[in-house]
Amino acid sequence: MSTEASRIRLPAAYRPSPLAAIGSLLVLLVIVWLAVNLVKEPAEFYRLFLIGFTNGAVYGLVALGYSLVYGILELINFAHGDVFMLGGMLVATMVASWGLAGAGDAGLWFGILAMLLIAMAFCATINTTIELVAYRRLRGAPRLAPLITAIGMSFILQNIGLVWKGARPTSVDSILPTGDVFTVTLSGTSVAYTWRQFIVLLVTAPTLLLLIWLVQQTRQGKAMRATAQDQDAAAMMGINVNRTISFTFFIAGSLAGVAALLFALYTTTVHFTTGFRLGLIAFTAAVLGGIGNLPGAVLGAVLIGLIESFNNGLGWSTPGSDWTTSIIFAILIMILVFRPEGLLGERTPEGG
Amino acid sequence: MRRPDFSFDRDAFIRDSRPRVKKGLIAGAVGFLVIALLAGATFTLVLALLLGWLVYIPAWNRVPYGRVAVLTVALLAAVLYPYYQPDMFEIPVFGEFPTVDTAVTMMIFVMMALGLNIVVGYAGLLDLGYVAFYAMGAYTAAWFASPQFGESVKFHLGSVGVNPNAQGFHISIWLILILAAIFTAIIGVIIGLPTLRLRGDYLAIVTLGFGEIMPQIARNGDNLFNTGFNLTNGPQGINPIDPPGFGATLGNIGLPESYLTPGSDAFPFLSDSLRLYYWTALVLVLFTVFCSVRLRDSRLGRAWIAIREDETAAAAMGVPLMRTKTWAYAAGAFFGGIAGAYYASFKSGTFPDDFFFNISVFILCMVILGGMGNIWGVILGGSFLAYLNQEGLGNIGGWLNDHFSGQRGAEWVQLWSTDIDVPLYQYGIFGVILVIVMLFKPEGLIPSARRKAEFEEGVADQPLYDVSH
Repeated sequence: MSTEASRIRLPAAYRPSPLAAIGSLLVLLVIVWLAVNLVKEPAEFYRLFLIGFTNGAVYGLVALGYSLVYGILELINFAHGDVFMLGGMLVATMVASWGLAGAGDAGLWFGILAMLLIAMAFCATINTTIELVAYRRLRGAPRLAPLITAIGMSFILQNIGLVWKGARPTSVDSILPTGDVFTVTLSGTSVAYTWRQFIVLLVTAPTLLLLIWLVQQTRQGKAMRATAQDQDAAAMMGINVNRTISFTFFIAGSLAGVAALLFALYTTTVHFTTGFRLGLIAFTAAVLGGIGNLPGAVLGAVLIGLIESFNNGLGWSTPGSDWTTSIIFAILIMILVFRPEGLLGERTPEGG
Repeated sequence: MRRPDFSFDRDAFIRDSRPRVKKGLIAGAVGFLVIALLAGATFTLVLALLLGWLVYIPAWNRVPYGRVAVLTVALLAAVLYPYYQPDMFEIPVFGEFPTVDTAVTMMIFVMMALGLNIVVGYAGLLDLGYVAFYAMGAYTAAWFASPQFGESVKFHLGSVGVNPNAQGFHISIWLILILAAIFTAIIGVIIGLPTLRLRGDYLAIVTLGFGEIMPQIARNGDNLFNTGFNLTNGPQGINPIDPPGFGATLGNIGLPESYLTPGSDAFPFLSDSLRLYYWTALVLVLFTVFCSVRLRDSRLGRAWIAIREDETAAAAMGVPLMRTKTWAYAAGAFFGGIAGAYYASFKSGTFPDDFFFNISVFILCMVILGGMGNIWGVILGGSFLAYLNQEGLGNIGGWLNDHFSGQRGAEWVQLWSTDIDVPLYQYGIFGVILVIVMLFKPEGLIPSARRKAEFEEGVADQPLYDVSH
């Protein structure tokens, strides 16, 4: 009896496995690579860090959408990236038709705020509609079924984007202020933290806090967590499961809307395949952090953003931007092989 | 639920018919030689087939006539298609029958769909990166039957239609089909081993990842790791790839030496390049169908279906999960490899832009539309979608614009003012097909009885993919 109790309290016995050794070695190699680059070119390193961090913040908003939906339905919402893409296209249209490029300060900020709300509502509506049309009927079906409709939906949305804006990338007028917030001089080179980058953070951080408050403090958030744990039990406790799931898709969609606005204004170009590419990056980020785990999704997204920007820009033995997709997928595959529960996730009986 | 009718004992039928197959083959071969000597060679092949058929049939009491008749007619219709295709009537809306060129592409995609059907339909593992196998097959053909490595290598093995002094690997396409199949199957196992432990939807994402990595390697492979080693020739792709052919020795008895220059005196009907590609593709499809049927009925195939229906129960019954799943991957990849290699030889080139994620979903769409796990359904879905992709959408668009466009349509039916470009909506249409089939008829157009039962009733309390080993 006592032995059993003590055994339960002990942490899982440490068993070095070849997989863990290989994994640690890979992480070590990445750290060495980063360190050498940092010593060689600190200024460039810092510049790329800022870019990667900003991109990571945008990825985080999309990754949260995947994580929220996965947490509640255990479904990879393939169409999520394309919802984001359509939001970006809407922003591009609004920027052009409202003539924001030449607007004064007050008009500009009001315009951005209006666009934020419109993009959020737009993406949230699409996402909720998708759930209603394509996933709700299949809730009791084999897992394969909603996944396939998700892919179908993703294709439909991509096609809408293609027809809407054409096969060439749509450029968005650059309307964000261009000044610097502060400048750091490293080994003779000065690197600026621009307003464009800062605004991304300025929008992302409150959004994340709001989301955490929503999920952890409100009644609706409680309902979401209950539904995620056990739909039947939640229904018995008087939670309207269908409405809660719709609400989750609504929130995920609004996050995609925020990300769409930031992405369109920050990178100033949107393409109909953007959603697919960025969706995969964000999904990888969600898996990296531990899918279903909200802080994990953001952490994973920032890591992926950093890896991407370091890979695109660093000088010393770097594969370069041609290989970014491959590297991100290699990370995804390795995470799933070495640590399927992700960085912050918990090991589940299903093994991830 | 309607119980599937198993009163026709197919295992016994196949077992009993095996000696007759041998007899039929021998009789066919003898008949071929005799008739070729007596009557010139024009219809010898057809006659030999008929003779073999007659010897094969005589267990008359056990033959399901309807099925044999349907199959024979379908096979004859397929074999003779290049002859009657130009004289066919126009189908309303769809326009003319697909050209022989399109038919070859259709059959290659049917092969791929059948290969994916083994993974998705039989074993129930969602593979979103099937295009990786297609790419592997195509690049195998490109490496071993083209001037790609011409700077360092000169190696000929049964090459046809190539200057004997040409540099680079030039191996006979027939060997390459086998080589590509085996090579791709090995790649399938390599991809499968680390990933098959994962649950269904994670597996889908990881295979998608491999499907994205492969074309990127192809695109960037002209200077791997800055060593200057040109593996894939980058975005330009590799061409020309050698055509198939029977070489000089068999060429002397009248078979086409090379498919691109098929001048044949003994068999005039063999002197059309496209027809040769068509018939070869048909043989490959028949081979794939045969293997699919035999695999489905084999011990391995039943293990796949057991895993698909309930992994835990299958494992409890002693089905080795990992090995069985890996075999499904290898078998699916095998046919993807053959199809890719043959397609590369048919197009005489391979380009990284042919291997986008879209193709994976396109092939998945074929399997799902036709009916997961049902060979005839997959053939139907594959031919229909490949046709739509090649010609159909363009034809339909032309028809729509002719009738409803403001530029050409009659006054009272002008629904839109300028012509619409229907092929632009290609992937949206595939998406709609995926969604609608999954929502309203998840078992596909021609469902397999088992699969239908699974979708309608559920096989277990657990969702199908919830359990890993």
